Amino acid sequence: MSEQESPNLLPEEKAKEEKVKDESRRKLLVGTAYTAAGIGAACAILPFIDSMNPSKDVAALASVEVDISNIKLGEEKKVMWRGKPVSVRRRTPEEIAEAEKVEMSELRDPQKDSDRVKPGKAEWLVTIEICTHLGCIPIAGEGEYKGWFCPCHGSQYDTSARIRKGPAPKNLEIPPYEFVNEKLIKIG
Amino acid sequence: MSNHIQNDLPQSITEKSKLAKWVNDRLPIIATLEDTLLKHPYPKNLSYWWSFGSIAGIALVVQILTGLFLAMHYVPNTAMAFNSVEHIMRDVRYGWLIRYIHAVGASMFFVALFAHISRGLYYGSYKSPREILWWVGIIIFLLTMATAFMGYVLPWGQMSFWGATVITNLFSALPIVGKSIVAWLWGGYSVDNPTLNRFFVIHFLMPFLIVGVVLIHLVSLHTVGSNNPTGVEIKTKKDIIPFHPYFTIKDMVGFVAFFLVFGYFLFFYPNSLGHPDNYIPANPMVTPAHIVPEWYFLPFYAILRAVPDKLGGVLMMFGAIALLFALPFLDKSEVKSGAYRPIFKKVFCLFVINFAFLGWLGKSPAEGWYVWASRFSTLFYYSYFLVILPLLPKFEKTLPLPESIDADYKAKH
Repeated sequence: MSEQESPNLLPEEKAKEEKVKDESRRKLLVGTAYTAAGIGAACAILPFIDSMNPSKDVAALASVEVDISNIKLGEEKKVMWRGKPVSVRRRTPEEIAEAEKVEMSELRDPQKDSDRVKPGKAEWLVTIEICTHLGCIPIAGEGEYKGWFCPCHGSQYDTSARIRKGPAPKNLEIPPYEFVNEKLIKIG
Repeated sequence: MSNHIQNDLPQSITEKSKLAKWVNDRLPIIATLEDTLLKHPYPKNLSYWWSFGSIAGIALVVQILTGLFLAMHYVPNTAMAFNSVEHIMRDVRYGWLIRYIHAVGASMFFVALFAHISRGLYYGSYKSPREILWWVGIIIFLLTMATAFMGYVLPWGQMSFWGATVITNLFSALPIVGKSIVAWLWGGYSVDNPTLNRFFVIHFLMPFLIVGVVLIHLVSLHTVGSNNPTGVEIKTKKDIIPFHPYFTIKDMVGFVAFFLVFGYFLFFYPNSLGHPDNYIPANPMVTPAHIVPEWYFLPFYAILRAVPDKLGGVLMMFGAIALLFALPFLDKSEVKSGAYRPIFKKVFCLFVINFAFLGWLGKSPAEGWYVWASRFSTLFYYSYFLVILPLLPKFEKTLPLPESIDADYKAKH
C-alpha cells in the first residue's frame, strides 16, 4: 500500500514510513484498549456506588398518605415523612385572614399565603416542622404571630408558617403534596 | 536479586519528565516501579501456571471491595443477621450482585490458590532459595481459610451456625484447657451472638492482614526471583524479559479467563457452590442431616473425620497443612521441576487425584466404605510427603536438564 502512496521514495524512507504507520497503529490499538478498560472500570464501579443510594425499602417510605377527614377546624395532625416531622393543620378563617393581609415588605422571606397552600384549599397548611435556623422543632400555637415559636433561639413563625422574628432565614418548608381526594393527602 | 542480572532500561522517566524527577527525589516510587516492572529479571519461559499468583491477588481485591460494601448493610446480630442479608439481596440496589460476587468470589479465590499452590508443588518452587517465600505463602493460605470460615458464619444460616459449632468444638479436644478455650472462643456456652459479633470483626480485619503478608510474599519473591518451568535458574541476560509489557499482558489474559469462569457461576449458577441449607435461618435446636463445610475445606474435613480419635483427627487435619511447611526439607531432589522427574510426575498426578478424592469423601456420609476410603486416602496424602518425596531422589532417574532457560526456549521454538 505504501508503494502506491509514495512510489518514488528510497527503500530506507519507505521502511521508515512503514515504521511510523506501525507505531501509529500500535498507538491506536493501545489507546483503544485503555479506553475500553476505562469504560469497563467505570461500569464496574457504578453498582457499588448505586448500592449506597436509598434501598428499596427506604425509598418505599418516600411517600406518606395522611387521612385528613378527622382533623377538626383549628387542629393539626403530625406525621413523620422521610424522617422529618410534618404538620397538617386545618386553619380557622381568622388564621387564614391574618396570613393573607401581611404585606410582602414585612417578610424576611417574602411569600404570599396563597403560594403556600393549594388553590381552593387555603384551610390546609402542610409544613415541615423544622426551624430553618439550626434545625430544632418549633412549638405550634405559640409566639406573637400565633403560628410557631422555636425555643432554641427564639424564631417566630406566623399562621402561614412564615418567619417573622428571630434568626431563622427562611419560612418553614412546604413539602411536595397533593390531594388524593377530599379525605386524603399524599405527601412526597 | 539473582546474579544481579537485569533488563536494560535505556532511560528512566525521571530523566525525561521534570515532574517525575521531583516526585522521585522525595519518594522513590518512580524508581521502584521502573525497577519492578521494567528492570527486574523474569524468566522468559513462564507459563500460564505462573499467572495464578496475580489472579489470587485480584481475587483478594474483589473480596475486599465487595465485602466493604456488604458491611454497609449487614447487621452482625443474631436477631437481624439473616434478615439483613435478605435485605441486601432484595432491597439494596445491586445488593444481589455484590452479595453473589462476594460468595462466588470466595470460591474463585480458592480455585486460584489451589492452582497456585499446585504450581509450587509440581515445579519445586518450595526448594532453596525459596523456602521462606513458600512458608509465607502457606501463612496466606491459612489466613484465607480462617477468613473464609468466619465469613461463612455471618449469614447465620443453618450451615453457618452448625459449621461454626463443629469447628469451634474441635478445640475442646485439647487436653485440660480445651473446654475453657472453647468457651473463650464462643464468648458464651454455645455459638451465639457474642460469637457472631466477634467473627464479624475478625472477618473484617483479616483481609487487611492478608494484604500485608502478601506484600511480604512479594518482597521475598523479588529477592529470590521467580522459578520457571525448567527449574533451572536464570544465568544470563538471554534468559530474561521485563515484567512489562510481557507479563502485564499475559496476566491480563489470565484475568479474562478467570473472570469468565467467575462470571459463569456468578450470573448463571450463583448458589451451586454453596449449600441450600444455608437459606434456612440458624436453629440451635435442630442439626441438619449432613453438616458439610464449603467445598474448599472438604479434603481437610475428610482427614478430620477419618481418624477415630477426636484429638487425633484434629491433629491430623492441622498436620496436613503443617506438613507443607516441612516440604523444603522432605524433598531433597536436586532437580526442581517435575517436568524432568518422570516418576515424581506420576506420583504427583496420583497426589492430585487423591486430594480431589478426599474432597469428594469429605461430603459423603461418614459410614460404610467411605470411612475406610478416607483412611486410605489420608494415609496416601501423608506418605506422599513423609515417605515418597524423601525416598524418590535415591533411586529416581531424572531427565537431563537444559543448559539454560534460553537453551530450552530455543529447543522448543
